[in-house]
Amino acid sequence: MRIETIIAALATLGEPSTGTWIVLTGITVNAACALVGCFLILRKMSMMGDALSHAVLPGLVVAFVLTGSHSMVPMFIGAVIAGLLTTFLTQTLHQYLRVPSDASMGIVFTAMFAIGVVLVKQFAGGLHFDIGCVYEGALEYVPFGDRVAGMPRQLFTSLVVLLLNFVVLLVLWKELKLSAFDPALATTMGFSATSMHYLLMVLVSVTSVASFEAVGSILVVAMLIVPASTAHLLSDRLGWMVVFSVLIGTAAAVLGFWAATYWDTSISGMMTVAAGCLYAVAVLVSPRYGLLSSMLRNVRMSLLVLRDDVLGMLYRLEELKSEKHFSSAETSAAVGGGWLASFAIFQLQRSGNIKGVRDGLQLTELGRETAQKLVRSHRLWETYLVEQLGMPLDHVHEPAHRVEHYIDEDIQKQLAAELDTSAQDPHGRQIPD
Amino acid sequence: MISLSLSDKVMLGTALLGGMAGVVGSFAVLRGRALVGDMLAHAALPGVCLAFLITGNRNLLGLSLGALASGLAAIAVVTVILRWTRTKEDAAIGIVLSTFFGAGVVLLSVVQKPATGGNKAGLHSYLFGEPGGMLTSDIVLLAIVAAVVLAMVVLFYKEFLIVCFDTDFAQSQGWPTLWLDLAMMAALAVVTIVGLPIVGVILMAAMIILPAATARFWTNRLSMLLLISCAFGAAAGVLGTRIGRGFPAGAAIVLTASSLFLVSLLFAPQRGLVARLLVEYRLRRRVADEHLLRALFELSESHLPDTPVIPLENVREYRHWNSLERVLERARDDQLIEWGEEQVQLTPLGLRRAAELTKAHRLWELYLMEYANIAPDHVDRDADDVEHLLPEGLLVELEQELAAEGRLPAIAAEVPESPHELSPET
Repeated sequence: MRIETIIAALATLGEPSTGTWIVLTGITVNAACALVGCFLILRKMSMMGDALSHAVLPGLVVAFVLTGSHSMVPMFIGAVIAGLLTTFLTQTLHQYLRVPSDASMGIVFTAMFAIGVVLVKQFAGGLHFDIGCVYEGALEYVPFGDRVAGMPRQLFTSLVVLLLNFVVLLVLWKELKLSAFDPALATTMGFSATSMHYLLMVLVSVTSVASFEAVGSILVVAMLIVPASTAHLLSDRLGWMVVFSVLIGTAAAVLGFWAATYWDTSISGMMTVAAGCLYAVAVLVSPRYGLLSSMLRNVRMSLLVLRDDVLGMLYRLEELKSEKHFSSAETSAAVGGGWLASFAIFQLQRSGNIKGVRDGLQLTELGRETAQKLVRSHRLWETYLVEQLGMPLDHVHEPAHRVEHYIDEDIQKQLAAELDTSAQDPHGRQIPD
Repeated sequence: MISLSLSDKVMLGTALLGGMAGVVGSFAVLRGRALVGDMLAHAALPGVCLAFLITGNRNLLGLSLGALASGLAAIAVVTVILRWTRTKEDAAIGIVLSTFFGAGVVLLSVVQKPATGGNKAGLHSYLFGEPGGMLTSDIVLLAIVAAVVLAMVVLFYKEFLIVCFDTDFAQSQGWPTLWLDLAMMAALAVVTIVGLPIVGVILMAAMIILPAATARFWTNRLSMLLLISCAFGAAAGVLGTRIGRGFPAGAAIVLTASSLFLVSLLFAPQRGLVARLLVEYRLRRRVADEHLLRALFELSESHLPDTPVIPLENVREYRHWNSLERVLERARDDQLIEWGEEQVQLTPLGLRRAAELTKAHRLWELYLMEYANIAPDHVDRDADDVEHLLPEGLLVELEQELAAEGRLPAIAAEVPESPHELSPET
């Protein structure tokens, strides 16, 4: 009932524009690639995507020569056989003949590709296998080709493959996941990691073939690796990683199409570049693993430490009943100097923890309270290290100095309880309340 | 040079290329960077297009410099990704490869626009290889690059050797490993890029890997590896262009190289498949033979020093046999057993051999129990695995040690006194 309504609704939309078909094809291909790509990345076999997308060539040619048509099913069968052969040969070379794994992959796929090139020349010259076309694809021509079920044939093919990948992922999610992260455990638990590996390779082969004609091998290779790697920077959970990678693939398709139309250039090339750019953005600003984000985190951390150092120092000065007040510049120099130190002092002043007096800086009431807690943490920790761990007196300041920022009231209480509420630290100074 | 015919030029060029690809490829394969050649070959495209857009012509030197620039940029990006992100090496190479190539495809479509006067064929040959059009100047370029690569390898042989096999040690000895590494990569980049217009992207990647991987089957020494790899590369170039007339030349060269690889894989001494299967077969056979003798000894043990006739049935049940009949046949041929009518008996020679083997087995069991604290019911299987491989010297040592501590049952074979007077023969 509902499906019919949807179809009716779609029909009223009329024939989508050329651009829509292209973008839809791009999105479908990218999503199909991204789904399997995640597992390639996790199994550190990204280059297998590159290898397989080249190595299926002889399979395609043989299928074409035998059947005389480039309909979908024989092509897929040819590709799957070539893909499995490549996987098997690569594994065998590596495991039994001790060829390094990357070299064995390189040898097998280039040899398969060379065989493919020769076969093309022998049997299929001038037919569908323009090598340039294999690389760049012909996304531009997708809307003008044959139609299957009302949509361009390439879109239909990649939809089928997307569905296939999705279903396999759904059904074998647990198995694929476990064998991606811990093949040995997977094998001991009774489902063979090797067969999962072969299954994955079959999916990669099928996906590359389905996508070849539409988008070219270069986009396939990119979409197998780049969105998944980008998603890997964004999430530590496989489920989210898969979702993100599909979204990123989609975004790359849309952005790439837009940019290609804007500059009037190769669409699949631009989609690849868009994916690369998205990866670069993730490298910079991914919340957990981004360069800028981790830089920001480091700066925040440094500022926290510097603020604590300033407070601690001013508190100790007061404790010594020193007449002298440190000026801003002197304080900053005392905690290591630099613009970060000056900024930390500025932050403290703004938050009302310290104030400037005639000849320098002084703790406010609020600042004194904060500093007290900090110094209490420091001295409790020193006491703990001496009493419970038996560390020598002259070795406890440094560790305490490092750890004082993280000791909250809860830990303070626990420490105090363990230390039978000694009021003095091992240096003989008062532990403030 | 001028008198050379085109086919001679092509052959000379591909031989030069194959030779130097073999040399730089050896380092790449040893360093686990086999696929970097693939990446460089792909990453060259945007540089080629940019160079064409800037210079406006298809001068090989200009295009090569552009390709080199973008190849080096790709190496830099991979290094940065590996250093600063959690992306692993394989993914980093894949990302850079595909993004650079995608950018190249975009630039290529710019080049092809009529406004820039682009010529598709010219740049396409750069990607897919066209050795047929080799000019004398191309050969000169190839020769120069080959000379430079050769000079570099000769000058830095020792340094490359140490970086290839033990980077940490090299670093601890104060060698600038990063720079040496980059020098190797740069050589790889240069060779890849001069080879691109000859064999094309994918097949250039193959030329980097194949000769080196082939040579690896024949030798364990770096100097020999370089020589053999260079020879294989050159041979692939010559034979490929010779045999493969009428086929796409790049593919023909690579298929020749693959055939050389296949032959080496099968027939190389020691590391080749046939040699290794033979070694394995011989070992299996020896293990089976020795197991038979020990089984017979243990079955005869209660009757010693007589050697009883043992029903074959008992032998079959004693342990798992893969092909008992054949093992028995071999033992009979060696006159170690008498065998007939479902019965088997050790000959005196067989008894002596069997006693030695059983002794080795039990010495090792004792050793495992005494020194490795392994439970008595676990040692049999361990000793089973190892007894065939124990060197005799070790057995003697083991025997002495256990005897000295008084833990050895008295099974030492005594040598009878010499029946005649011993005197040095003069």
